Amino acid sequence: MVAEAVDEMSVRLGEVGNASSLHASGRRARRVVEEARERLASALGARPSEVVFTAGGTEADNLAVKGLYWARRGADPRRRRVLTTATEHHAVLDPAGWLVEHEGADVELLPVDADGVVSLDALDDSLRRDPDSVALVSCMWVNNEVGTVQPVADVVASALAHGIPVHTDAVQAVGHLPVDLAAIAVDALTLSGHKVGGPVGVGALLVRRELDLEPLLHGGGQERDVRSGTADVASVAALAVAVDLAVQRRETQSARLRGLRDDLVTRVRALVADAVLNGPAAPDDCSPAIAHLTFPGCDGDALLMLLDAKGVECSTGSACTAGVPQPSHVLLAMGRDVGAASGSLRFSLGHDSSPADVAALVDAIGPVVERARAAVTVGRR
Amino acid sequence: MRVLAAMSGGVDSAVAAARAVDAGHDVTGIHLALSRHPQSYRTGARGCCTVEDAGDARRAADVIGIPFYVWDLAERFHTDVVDDFVAEYAAGRTPNPCVRCNERIKFAAVLDRALALGFDAVATGHYARLVDDPGGRELHRAADLGKDQSYVLGVLTAEQLAHALFPLGATVKADVRSEAARRGLAVAAKPDSHDVCFIADGDTAGFLRARLGARPGPVVDGESGVRLGGHDGAYAYTVGQRRGLRVEAPTADGRPRYVLDIEPVSGTVTVGPHDALAVDAIEASRPRWCGPAPDPDHATLACTVQLRAHSQPVPVRAEVAGDQLRLFLGEPVRGVAPGQSAVLYLGTRVLGSATIARTQRLASA
Repeated sequence: MVAEAVDEMSVRLGEVGNASSLHASGRRARRVVEEARERLASALGARPSEVVFTAGGTEADNLAVKGLYWARRGADPRRRRVLTTATEHHAVLDPAGWLVEHEGADVELLPVDADGVVSLDALDDSLRRDPDSVALVSCMWVNNEVGTVQPVADVVASALAHGIPVHTDAVQAVGHLPVDLAAIAVDALTLSGHKVGGPVGVGALLVRRELDLEPLLHGGGQERDVRSGTADVASVAALAVAVDLAVQRRETQSARLRGLRDDLVTRVRALVADAVLNGPAAPDDCSPAIAHLTFPGCDGDALLMLLDAKGVECSTGSACTAGVPQPSHVLLAMGRDVGAASGSLRFSLGHDSSPADVAALVDAIGPVVERARAAVTVGRR
Repeated sequence: MRVLAAMSGGVDSAVAAARAVDAGHDVTGIHLALSRHPQSYRTGARGCCTVEDAGDARRAADVIGIPFYVWDLAERFHTDVVDDFVAEYAAGRTPNPCVRCNERIKFAAVLDRALALGFDAVATGHYARLVDDPGGRELHRAADLGKDQSYVLGVLTAEQLAHALFPLGATVKADVRSEAARRGLAVAAKPDSHDVCFIADGDTAGFLRARLGARPGPVVDGESGVRLGGHDGAYAYTVGQRRGLRVEAPTADGRPRYVLDIEPVSGTVTVGPHDALAVDAIEASRPRWCGPAPDPDHATLACTVQLRAHSQPVPVRAEVAGDQLRLFLGEPVRGVAPGQSAVLYLGTRVLGSATIARTQRLASA
């Protein structure tokens, strides 16, 4: 967390008050929540009434996908199609899959190219085939694994032509790309606290005022009647501080991270000649904060363990409930085979990343890759 | 040393890992994911293959303060242990999957990968002792004879033992549990695992039936050759087994019948009286030596042999003949099943092992 968010959260945790209470301390708490709402909205070009605070990005994605599906299908029972991409986060893919299992939805996973960019032709074809049957389109802004920036504005334009609402998971976009709801006509947008230097366990769905949404959580109706639960005053206050600062610092921070990332990629590839950079090469088409590399002939979990021992922390993608690393569905959708998908690592950079972090990776990577390759050879014996 | 501690999620491997840390080693914990469908193997945390067990292992690593990872060995385990288990039963033998797992997974696939990744040894919670003698490293029975697992480790070679660590060998189980509690390990009171870890409900016959299908065959009297009844699959039987024979005709002397032999091609299960189970000579194949191998042409060893897990060793004269081991037992033994390990001991020391291929009944029986 950024220091300012920690400070804000610490102060607010010491204050008493339920924002729904009518007495003085309730009013004080409510004021903090509403000021956080205004600050967050203002940072992202939204109206305060469009901010629905949630307990994180996963809840916001679930609320958008299920809530929109239920509301749109409720208004017209023909609307059973959900169009999304094959590289979405599981917080979108899994609720979509759940709607197929339990609510009679048809989910169409739009294909992506080798860089992970969604096919707009496939989207247009799918929309045009039968626009009246589409409940919603959900397309992430920036892919969380490989950093691909999706053409969200084009997706919105296509869907808007048919009057179909668009949700975007912008968890990886806020703070790295210009995110301005006044400039882009998405109907719902997910953001998450811990990806912008705010607390874990808090996020928001920005939803256009005119859009109907069925709630996931029923109860006191605290958030615009679509999200119930006592307001988490300290968390939303810290979230607003973090989002505001991330937006203010975006340009300098992105340029700094871009420099670190490009340096990381160049130096690693100089040491490991056959390492493959995944995602688009053009700077504008990928996140400045993610470098995703495939190391042919290596197992990702061996690389992760060896780097971890050297103090370099990276990710292989997702793991099942037992902790077994799984080949990334994102890389598979981008056309990589299971072997390549299994030998890939994601290096994420954040506000506290430094040239020393990159240097530590560069120092370690050569011998680590060599050792991981030897271990794979042994395993096949 | 850089030590890889294999952590099943049970109390033994957790304490073993903690002791490896105390001994000054640089320890990394790993849990082996052995099931292709982690939820399906065990219900509740009794075994070593469930999501819950992986979580228990992770929490133990947290408390001990070591890095922890999960290694996916599911495919190797399936091929080398589960498929082998099914094939052995189909061939009329009675395999010991723990022996196979130690031989091919823990001290082969895992050890090889560990060495390649820069580790020096693999530590497990097995109850067995390693003694470093000037003549080389020796594998011995555990101090706690009730928990001794040297039988399932008898398949390890000198090279494998050179990279093994068994920190619990000198301790009795009760002390391991109290030590776990003292260390704040939540698995201190977790029940011991039993049975075959990849058979969730303990129904081995049902597990085999699902994979091998119904394979009906006759149950035949060993003395008269008369058909006494039938069965749905010889894989449900083990030499020495008495229950589940489904033979209605009573014996002449009213005493129970036992499985004497299983012939896999015709599926014939031969039964007879208890006395007919006694064997005094055994042929075993694929000998593996825990130290230097004896001269393969004409070595004779006077030692003891243990013929199944948790049985008493008996005196034996073992003759090495190439890839075969001929065992002449000093006293007759009942219920010796092909497929099980014959582990040779000199006192508490394990000399080596081989897989029982054939038995020879007492001439007098």
